[in-house]
Amino acid sequence: MRYPFPVGDADFIQGDEAIARAAILAGCRFYAGYPITPASEIFEAMSLYMPLVDGVSIQMEDEIASIAAVIGASWAGAKAMTATSGPGFSLMMENLGYAIMTETPLVLVNVQRSGPSTGQPTLAAQGDVMQAIWGTHGDHSLIVLTPATVQEAFDMTIRAFNLAEKYRTPVILLTDAEVGHMRERVYAPHPDELELVCRKLPANEEEAKYPFGDVHGDLVPPMPIFGKGHRTYVTGLTHDERGRPKTVDAEIHERLVKRIVGKIENNKKDIIDYETYGLEDADIAIVSFGIVARSAMRAVKELRKEGINAGLLKLNVLWPFDFELIEKIAENVDRIYVAEMNLGQLYHMVKEGANGKAKVELISRIGGEVHTPGEIVERIKRDLR
Amino acid sequence: MYLKPSYEIRDKYLRKDMLPTIFCPGCGIGAVLQYTLRAIDDLGLNQDEIVWVSGIGCSSRVPGYVNFDGLHTTHGRALAFATGIKMANPDLKVIAFMGDGDAAAIGGNHLIHAIRRNLDVTVILVNNFTYGMTGGQVAPTTPKGLRGTTAPYGSFENPFDIAELAVAAGANYVARWSVFNYLQGINSIKKALQKRGFTLVEFLSPCPISFGRRNKLKTAPELIKWYQKITVPISKAKDMPPEELEGKVVIGEFVDRDRPSLVEEYEAYKRRAKKIMGWEE
Repeated sequence: MRYPFPVGDADFIQGDEAIARAAILAGCRFYAGYPITPASEIFEAMSLYMPLVDGVSIQMEDEIASIAAVIGASWAGAKAMTATSGPGFSLMMENLGYAIMTETPLVLVNVQRSGPSTGQPTLAAQGDVMQAIWGTHGDHSLIVLTPATVQEAFDMTIRAFNLAEKYRTPVILLTDAEVGHMRERVYAPHPDELELVCRKLPANEEEAKYPFGDVHGDLVPPMPIFGKGHRTYVTGLTHDERGRPKTVDAEIHERLVKRIVGKIENNKKDIIDYETYGLEDADIAIVSFGIVARSAMRAVKELRKEGINAGLLKLNVLWPFDFELIEKIAENVDRIYVAEMNLGQLYHMVKEGANGKAKVELISRIGGEVHTPGEIVERIKRDLR
Repeated sequence: MYLKPSYEIRDKYLRKDMLPTIFCPGCGIGAVLQYTLRAIDDLGLNQDEIVWVSGIGCSSRVPGYVNFDGLHTTHGRALAFATGIKMANPDLKVIAFMGDGDAAAIGGNHLIHAIRRNLDVTVILVNNFTYGMTGGQVAPTTPKGLRGTTAPYGSFENPFDIAELAVAAGANYVARWSVFNYLQGINSIKKALQKRGFTLVEFLSPCPISFGRRNKLKTAPELIKWYQKITVPISKAKDMPPEELEGKVVIGEFVDRDRPSLVEEYEAYKRRAKKIMGWEE
């Protein structure tokens, strides 16, 4: 297999470009998108590379159609991805729900910009945390990954595909204009070095009869892709194990939705990923993610230089959420700060996790600029005075 | 064409555990479905290489009743999903079974762009001039002056002519019939299924419950008689002045051509890319 970019080597590239390259190395062969700042570079890179690796990259009429085409491609057997930003992300919410309900593996990248509405198209924000987790209607769960560096954007894109395939679910890669547009050194492994996951296919015709049934006892049904003679019917309506619509049966609805939620929530340990620094002896914890976590890291180091025992929890996965981890941290620190580029979204989850065992404070920044380490340091020192 | 008994078609292609259908007495969707299945049967197409796609509405329930791979999607979006299926696996034949509200209102933009791309798909469009499932609201196809629950005094908007729209946007094959024209209908579907690119066969299809009874057309026979009255064959329509065509629906084959399809264009595009990059001669 020949690749149109360096593999088994390092390169100096943008976050958006890294996401596109990683997707191709993860086996993505279908991309559908619509131009939008600051995610267009992902689409442009895909358009350049896909025809060369016998994949498809196609510009749709809008973001609704983009995610729809990706879902269709996934049922036709392809690993598939789309990328967008705020306004397009809003348009995708309906079909994101369809992907959850039909248990369709796909990767949806949101390179966040400032909202609401058209907002600040070229500037970064973290205002879509709540929307990524709760944006589509109805009870549901899904996976949200969030990178802080270009290398992480690369690595997490591969992980996003692996998780999507493993759990037969949409996975959101929630990044932002800073990470998307920043250039950093990225090592792209050769695909032989990568551990890639592909969806479970039905082992036999009996298994294929139950595309929405817990046939393996792991809550993740094998996926009978189209054109293999399984004659699978897929619907967004509430359906039974065979996929037949059952729209007025409370028990069937509850069983289906609880399994779809359960396959994520019961596998928290496998999915959740975070890093800590200095939390062991910390009196003050900073919880952060994405680009802001890099400022928070620097702030923790500065504070420790000044004799203040600060520690960092950097979240790499925003959902499923480790409420117990936050509670454990809350038991050992005096105060938790949540630093994020919005008016308080992760903050609410941290507050729930802390369960009253430590005071939870928000260090908020909006308008398109990332918190400086100094701002975080100053805020914490002011509170300590 | 040999017209097999209906039960043979039913037993071969329908999922028995899904019957009865949700369709009301007098509904035309069953007839259009039968024409489609007869066309597939007559052509001897492989059931396992066809995927049915639909959006939301009465006619969009059809993929659930037929024993094929099927994707019952969100309202209006069937052709966007179909684009992904076909482009990811061009060996699959894709049939989109759509209603007029689904295809021309909420899905209007997807329809236009799927046609513009000449996506390899066969659209079977059931046009009953109304939103049947939600109780008879006016549609973008409702003839001006006719009633629906959201225009109880008669529609004040101009209707879409979906077949003409499809021709203008670049489809390879477009035909329109009423459910009454069953032989022409089956033959058109057969033609459509054998072509590359975008093909569309539209059927005027009775909805006596949600549409007819609000418009003094209470039964399917009354609606079919009305179709006979308002439809004009395309050969005859050519020589008719516009005032005479007012309030009429033209039926027949609108276009039959062989412009390169999306799949063909993308294959050529891949070769071009590899050549430009020096990967291939």
